[in-house]
Amino acid sequence: MAWQWFHRLGSPKWFYEKTEKWLPWLGLIALLLLVTGSIWGLGFGPSEAKQGNSARIIYIHVPAAILSMAGYYVMAIAGAIGLIWRMKLSFMVMKAAAPIGAILTFLALFTGAVWGKPTWGAWWVWDGRITSMVVLFLLYLGIVALQEAYQNQDTADKISSVLALVGMVNIPIIYKSVDWWYTLHQPATLKLTQKSSIDPSMAYPLIMMILAFYLFYAWVLLRRTRMEILRREQRTSWVQDLVARG
Amino acid sequence: MNLVFQFSDLHSFLWMNGHGPYVWGCYAMTFLGLAFLALEPRLQRKRFIRQQKALAQRKPAARGER
Repeated sequence: MAWQWFHRLGSPKWFYEKTEKWLPWLGLIALLLLVTGSIWGLGFGPSEAKQGNSARIIYIHVPAAILSMAGYYVMAIAGAIGLIWRMKLSFMVMKAAAPIGAILTFLALFTGAVWGKPTWGAWWVWDGRITSMVVLFLLYLGIVALQEAYQNQDTADKISSVLALVGMVNIPIIYKSVDWWYTLHQPATLKLTQKSSIDPSMAYPLIMMILAFYLFYAWVLLRRTRMEILRREQRTSWVQDLVARG
Repeated sequence: MNLVFQFSDLHSFLWMNGHGPYVWGCYAMTFLGLAFLALEPRLQRKRFIRQQKALAQRKPAARGER
C-alpha cells in the first residue's frame, strides 16, 4: 500500500527502532565535516580583502543562520502535520526542534554581533535582518515556553503548533530583509540558480560547513525526538522493556 | 586550488592581525553550543532510564501492560 509508510512513520516505536542504526553514522560524518570545515576555514581559507581575518566567522555564522531558518520550517511543518493528520510523532518532532532552533538562532546572533564589531564598528545595529532574527529567536523561546506551560500535552502541542505556523511568516521576511532594507547586511553571495559572488576558495569550506550543520541538526533532532518518544510512551511495554535492558 | 596554511606561525594564527579574539570567540561559543546540543540528549536519556528504574522498583506491582 502506498500509504502504509505514512502510517508506519506515525508509529513512535517503528521510528525509534528504525533510526537507531543511522545515528552513529550521522553523528560521525557531521563531526568529521565540522572539524574539517573549521580547520579549512580558520587556517587555509583566504582572508577577505576588506574584512581581513574576521571574515573567517562566515563559516559558522552562515550555517547557523541557515539552519535556524530551515529548522523553523521543520518545526512548523511538523506542527502542521500533527494538527492536520493528528500524528503524535509529528508533534514530538516539533517539540524536539524548538530548543535546537533557539540555540542555533542565538549562535547566529552572537557570531553576527562579534563579527559586526571589527567590520561594521558596532556590536549591534537594529537592521532588518538582525531584527527579524531576534523575532525568530523569540518565536523559538515562545514555543519552548508553551510546551512547558500546559499540563496537558495535547493542548501544549496544538497551541505551540499554531504559534509555529503563524510565526512562519517571519522566515520570508528574514530571507528578503537584506533586499528590502539594504543597510548593513549584504545580499546573498551563495546562490543556487545564478553564479555565486563568492570565491570558490571560500565557497568550498562554507558549503562543507553548511552540510555539516545540516547533518548535525538531523542528528540532534532525531535524538531529541527519540527522547521525547521514550517520555511519552513510558507506560508502554516496549519502553519498559527498553528501560529494563538499560 | 592549492591549499596553503595562511599564517606564518602559531602566534599570527591565534592573533589574526587583531581579529583573533573575535574569530576564536565565535568559534568557541559555537562549539560550546553544539557540544551542549550533542551531549544533552545523552544526559536526558540516562536520567530518564534511572528515573524509570527507580519507579519500577518502588512499585513493582503497578508495572505491566496497559
